Amino acid sequence: MEEHVHEYLPQHRHHFETEEQQREAGTFGMWLFLLTEIMFFGGMFFAYLLYRNWYYDAFVVGSNQLSIPLGGTNTAILITSGFFMALAVWAAEVRKKGLLLLFLVLTTVFGFVFLGIKYDEYHEKWELHHIPGAHFDVSQFVNPEAYGLKEKPLAPDMAQKVQIYFSLYFAMTGMHALHMIIGVGILFWLMWRAQRGDFTSGYVAPIENFALYWHFVDIVWLFLYPLLYLIDRHPL
Amino acid sequence: MSATSSTILNLPDQRTATLPKRHYLNNEDGLLSWLFTGDHKRIAILYLISITIFFFIGGAFAGLIRLELLTPQPDLVASDTYNKLFSMHGIIMVFLFLVPSVPATLGNFLMPIMLGTKDLAFPKINLLSWYLYWVGGLFIMAALVLGGVDTGWTFTTPLSTHYLNTHVVTAALGIFIAGFSSIFTGLNFIVTIHRMRAPGMTWFRMPLFVWSHYAASILMVLGTPVLAITLVLVALERTIGIGVFDPTKGGDPLLFQHLFWFYSHPAVYIMILPGMGVISEVVSTFARKRVFGYTAVAFSSVAIALFGFFVWAHHMFIMGVSNYSALVFSLLTMLVAVPSAIKIFNWAFTLQKGSITFETPMLYAFGFMGLFTIGGMTGVFLGALGMDIHLTETYFIVAHFHFVMVGGMLMAFLSGVHFWWPKMTGRMYPESLSKLAAVTTFIGFNLTFLPQFVLGYLGMPRRYHAYPPEFQVLNVLSTAGATVLGVGYVLPLLYLAWSLKYGPIAGNNPWQATGLEWQIQSPPLTENFIEIPVMDHEAYDYEWLAKKMEQEVTTVG
Repeated sequence: MEEHVHEYLPQHRHHFETEEQQREAGTFGMWLFLLTEIMFFGGMFFAYLLYRNWYYDAFVVGSNQLSIPLGGTNTAILITSGFFMALAVWAAEVRKKGLLLLFLVLTTVFGFVFLGIKYDEYHEKWELHHIPGAHFDVSQFVNPEAYGLKEKPLAPDMAQKVQIYFSLYFAMTGMHALHMIIGVGILFWLMWRAQRGDFTSGYVAPIENFALYWHFVDIVWLFLYPLLYLIDRHPL
Repeated sequence: MSATSSTILNLPDQRTATLPKRHYLNNEDGLLSWLFTGDHKRIAILYLISITIFFFIGGAFAGLIRLELLTPQPDLVASDTYNKLFSMHGIIMVFLFLVPSVPATLGNFLMPIMLGTKDLAFPKINLLSWYLYWVGGLFIMAALVLGGVDTGWTFTTPLSTHYLNTHVVTAALGIFIAGFSSIFTGLNFIVTIHRMRAPGMTWFRMPLFVWSHYAASILMVLGTPVLAITLVLVALERTIGIGVFDPTKGGDPLLFQHLFWFYSHPAVYIMILPGMGVISEVVSTFARKRVFGYTAVAFSSVAIALFGFFVWAHHMFIMGVSNYSALVFSLLTMLVAVPSAIKIFNWAFTLQKGSITFETPMLYAFGFMGLFTIGGMTGVFLGALGMDIHLTETYFIVAHFHFVMVGGMLMAFLSGVHFWWPKMTGRMYPESLSKLAAVTTFIGFNLTFLPQFVLGYLGMPRRYHAYPPEFQVLNVLSTAGATVLGVGYVLPLLYLAWSLKYGPIAGNNPWQATGLEWQIQSPPLTENFIEIPVMDHEAYDYEWLAKKMEQEVTTVG
């Protein structure tokens, strides 16, 4: 084997033979972790598909209560933040500290905007008594005209099932939002390390791996948005 | 060494032997050096101590359960206390003992050494997983102290979400957190196996112990998150009233069953596969032969893992799944018996014409093979649809899964602990006492659980604290057996602790085994290998070992 003098980065950990091995192990670990995340969300997607089949009418009415403009805006915002995160990886790779920081900040800002809009949507659901549980207002869906809703009236037991739709809506988007909040927390930590210059000396693994996480969160939303907001609206 | 001698124990001369000056145990001193360690071997020891604590807590509950069942009358504890006892026994034993037992202790200790590397891929995540284990464990203990949980370890809805007013959320949270510890362990193993193998360590030169952990890790990584989300939904249903499983809102309790068993059936293989890995190592060493059908044994681990994901609905035969799906799941369930049988047959062929010696680890391994075979075959009974309807929720089930998990897993765990104890501590334990413990455990185990097969067949249901008087004789036998079993478990605790200080020095390779872990000093250095080894022979190559030992003699002599 060829002998060559090699300057190790300070981030090189002793138990790896080479930096290449360290980077590969990190990336592989991240992909595996994302696989566990797919399984984690998978349980809820499974429940959603099952109940959507059983309680189709209730799910249609439930979907109609969500705002496409808000959801659509949020989709655009999330994709944009993902775009900035991809640029952050590029900036780290070309070792531009200023640009890296800028893109991390932009990613964070767009993340916050997404969470803000999400909060607004949740708040509206609260006011309209769409939160499942004791305050859930079933009569809206039994007698929609009295509430000014342009919906097909549902039989009382089917109207009950709208709660399931909202249960899943809150569980899935809530879990997604929780992942965003954790992501934003990590972003602050990355910004702090980036301004120290940790990632612009040839060591980009944390930025790359976080980008994978952030894109994963984007992709989950790209499934949630059509499933919850878009399909089978107003089949009247 | 002669192949016909009754023992292969090869200890150095005790008058001159000493432990190596520097090793992983004395490399750094102080409690903090342990609590912040990144060394996989120290983390393994931390796990070993922790799971032992929880094992004896869980075991104490089992003892109380058996005491209550000594008489047909409900005289020792009230019915709700009894419910809490068996619930906590199950929760602690499954999530805090059986799932982490072999992987987190022996796996953590040995995996990097067997692969010829200095540590697992992510040492910090490894340590984190131990902390998560304790946080989860403390949540479960908190649920216990606050008044317990009486749902059984399965948290069946709507019982758990609607009717029982105990500390379900605390316990579920504990299992959720402990689950992450399991996910991280599995993740660490998979990455280490894929990316950290020493030069020459091809996939088919890896010890079967590594293969079995690889399969179990796949199950941990894919199954545990599903359990996690299921418990989150249960907790949300109890706290804020979402209705995914709640039938009064149109939710489906059967969905809970599907999601729960999607993890919890594969979890059985998470528990048993690493144990099978231990047995492969032990059988090969004490028969002085390469494991017969190495490739078949390796692939059977992966096959068990894959099939394990397609059998969950056999837990629902009596809960209203369609006849068609029951039929399919019945068939699939029986299919899992095939790779398990491949292992048993291959071990049997390995033993055939081997130079077998009966050291303590081998005694436990024999115990495993006998008990696991009974456990597995009764599993086929239960996989058969008609039998299942007669036997389910009776003591037959209880006996079956204890045969698999206690008779199988615990025997394998004890076999592994005795096998690698000299490597982990550098010292041997008293041989006659350890053999006595192995035999006591085996007798106690059979006395405890064989009567339960009969009880179940006669129709005694599980989870009741009182029973008709005609069942008393068998229950007394079972409780007597549990007492013997208890002695069998306490004995190793005592003599292993004794050996830490007074045990004979073991030397590097007391069993004359071939694994990489036996070619380094005992206890190992913190960095395992000063120079990364090159693997130039197959696993379990005893000719290679004989040659190597000859060379050493000539160079020293």
